[in-house]
Amino acid sequence: MYLTKHSSMNQSKNRLYLFLGLLAIYLLLTVATVFAQDVTDTEYRPFPKIGSRSAAWIAAQLHLLFGSFILGVPMFAVVIEFVGMKTKDKRYDKMAQEFIKLCMGAFSTTALMGGVLVFILIWCYPKVMNKMTGIFGPTMIFYVFLFFGETFTLYLYSYGWDRMQGRVSKLWHLFLGVLLNIFGTAIMFVSNAWLTYQTSPAIMGPKPEHKAIPLHDESGQFIGTLWQAVNNYTWMPVNIHRLIGNVAFGGAIVGAYAAFRFLAAKTQEDKAHYDWMGYTGNFIALCGLIPLPFAGYWLGREIYMFNQTMGINMMGSLFSWLFIIQAVMIGVLFIGANYYLWSGMTRIAGGEIYTRFRPYMIAIIVLSIAIWMTPRTLILSPKEIAAMGGPNHPLVGLFGLMTAKNTVVNIIILTTFLSFLFYRRSGKTPTVGWGKAGNIIIAAIFGSAVAAIVTIGIVGFKVATGFRVNVLTPVQVLIALAVMILVAAIDLVMYRKAMRSSEINWGQMTDRSQYVLILLAITFTSLMGLMGYARSGLREAWHIFGVMPDTSPDAYTPLLADAVNVIAIIIVIFFALVGFIFWLGLWGDKKKEGPPPVEAEASTGDD
Amino acid sequence: MQKLSLFTKCLIIFVVLWVFLRFFIGGVWSVPLPASVISMYLGLILLAILVHVSVEDDRFREFLRPVKETLADDSRRTRRTVLFVLIPLVMLGFTFSKVSTKADPPAALRTAHPAPPDELTYRDKVIGSTQEVENPFRHLEKDDKEAFKVHVDNGRRVYYQNCFYCHGDDLDGEGHFAHGFNPPPANFQDPGIIPNFQESFFFWRISKGGPGLPPAATPWDSAMPVWEDHLTEEEIWDVILFLSEYTGYRPRTFSEAEH
Repeated sequence: MYLTKHSSMNQSKNRLYLFLGLLAIYLLLTVATVFAQDVTDTEYRPFPKIGSRSAAWIAAQLHLLFGSFILGVPMFAVVIEFVGMKTKDKRYDKMAQEFIKLCMGAFSTTALMGGVLVFILIWCYPKVMNKMTGIFGPTMIFYVFLFFGETFTLYLYSYGWDRMQGRVSKLWHLFLGVLLNIFGTAIMFVSNAWLTYQTSPAIMGPKPEHKAIPLHDESGQFIGTLWQAVNNYTWMPVNIHRLIGNVAFGGAIVGAYAAFRFLAAKTQEDKAHYDWMGYTGNFIALCGLIPLPFAGYWLGREIYMFNQTMGINMMGSLFSWLFIIQAVMIGVLFIGANYYLWSGMTRIAGGEIYTRFRPYMIAIIVLSIAIWMTPRTLILSPKEIAAMGGPNHPLVGLFGLMTAKNTVVNIIILTTFLSFLFYRRSGKTPTVGWGKAGNIIIAAIFGSAVAAIVTIGIVGFKVATGFRVNVLTPVQVLIALAVMILVAAIDLVMYRKAMRSSEINWGQMTDRSQYVLILLAITFTSLMGLMGYARSGLREAWHIFGVMPDTSPDAYTPLLADAVNVIAIIIVIFFALVGFIFWLGLWGDKKKEGPPPVEAEASTGDD
Repeated sequence: MQKLSLFTKCLIIFVVLWVFLRFFIGGVWSVPLPASVISMYLGLILLAILVHVSVEDDRFREFLRPVKETLADDSRRTRRTVLFVLIPLVMLGFTFSKVSTKADPPAALRTAHPAPPDELTYRDKVIGSTQEVENPFRHLEKDDKEAFKVHVDNGRRVYYQNCFYCHGDDLDGEGHFAHGFNPPPANFQDPGIIPNFQESFFFWRISKGGPGLPPAATPWDSAMPVWEDHLTEEEIWDVILFLSEYTGYRPRTFSEAEH
């Protein structure tokens, strides 16, 4: 019996080796024919099987996802470390260190994907790379220096963590963390210059018109300076959007890591620790998510200002359905983040008093998302068009316009902030004498702000677009930001010396809430994939918009379904790699800890 | 009377909201809502219900209780049998409704607006960059009101001689021929049309018509004639002034100073 089983295992092993061997030979032969082609001054070289565009797309997006993670995590890790130092609470320090360990795992993969991307670009698009290096050569050398700086700072920051725990050396360690962030941000800004230049090779003219001044003459010759090429029309909006996005993405991925560890935890102590970590990850993701739509709006506005055709292609034509998918995704993010906060309130005795508000908050968020995801051009059959009397519904057709969408985004953000406020207050009773009056003031602030935002949104239907874009929408955003700052300030004072009726029972979360954390990370990744495609695809058949046409066979805009398929493949590869990094973390810990303890006390973190 | 279970309450809420969308909003309050919008909203309603019932373990157990009872409890044998027959029948009916041959064309996914070319032309003459070209008579609105009125009146004449057959006498897309087209002609009274585009965009759409639409995001369905074959450059700019004056909507500008 044993022998039969053993020989059958051997047979399947042999078959596997044979299959792998044949696969390797096949790949070698396929690639060899391509690499054996002419290597003279050629414009394009095709990438085998999947084509150059898909190859560059997959490598670039994977590089960007990992890059976003390793740039985002140190930003909040250093803040958490600082909090740990100030509060003298070792748990913060441990969590920040754990975050950086994840970063170390992802760092080499980022560099690897960057290398793969460069090889693909040089091999498949030599002429484009020649043009780009001709303009940006000095920044590429600067990039290399920054990369060395980032690498060594990260190594020092990570490997020096346990050694640099003294009072003075901790400060030096924090300084290293700050330096790491400076290097990371600078690296991103430099590489953003290359890709934004491809989209908008022009500088911004003087106010108030901000007309685009091209950096090329009629023949496509570069006539600007290096700084002008760097500081092109969309550089700074992309920088800011990505900077905030990195924090949100980093938070979501560490949240997913914590959820994975929570679900795999064998002891209550581990569950408590990873529950706390998951909460922190979600909190960081929310902090990034809240200002992200504002930054995205600014970027969209700048794209319109740079080139109307590109703007219309983005929001009204070629890529408009991507933005409907984006609305669905952002809806999932906000519902998920709120769901997690509400689930978190169940682990605090006293949190149940806020349960009665939940159905209304869900209704507000879902109604707002419904408005946000209603497309301007509805999917209609001819019968429906006839029944409606036209392609736009007199009521829901209005939801397709930006004034409606901007209004509801602000309301979703304020509702999410309210969820967080309730979470913070759970299990606490204010001791100040003006507690009731404070609540009335807060309710009045929220009520009047929502009324003002909605009124401005309605006015937005009737005014000139320039006035709406430049005045009304920023006012809506400012109202939402002012409410958050004002209410947070009142609430902080109100609850500073609050009586705590119960502790947070870390670890007592439903498994569902942990899957929500994983869903948030997947949704963030999908969003980045979709919007990355939109940003890059906006150039259409140009390597450098309006300057260098793409004459390769790949110079077409793929169908939405094809694009989404490629993005889905990227997400699967990314999570397979991230899953491996997570597993490494688990594996390393198991090796260190030995067998799990039979009984352990739950740690009690703080919010 | 037996208390309703949480599941039943949720089911009632779902059905009531469907009735509200399908028959109240899409009937009593306004014209019918398209099926795609109703499905999207119902999906969100379902998600909202699931979110609400699943936050706490107790509530989720209570929500699932009738489902579990129906599946496993001996006392619910009749309900189980009825549902086991009914659910496949409903699915069969749904599948049949989707795959059966119909005379009507299916609902189509189309993009809202075509993107103009970078360069604005009239016949073969290059006018300038679409981004920067302005209506040459717009400045008269401030500088010479009488002359501006002459241009608007000329635009009115051009509109009622050429455009109103499709776009309607009230500029609402309800012209005599409108119902013969799919999609129907543009409704200029819609707040999403005039304020969203520059005057140069309208010049391009009018002068080049349906045949001049870009290859991106095809197929475009437009019966708009190539008006540059019939109208002068001035007449096209004038009719744009009229559209704006009549509806009260100002075309988009990209100057921050413009209010």
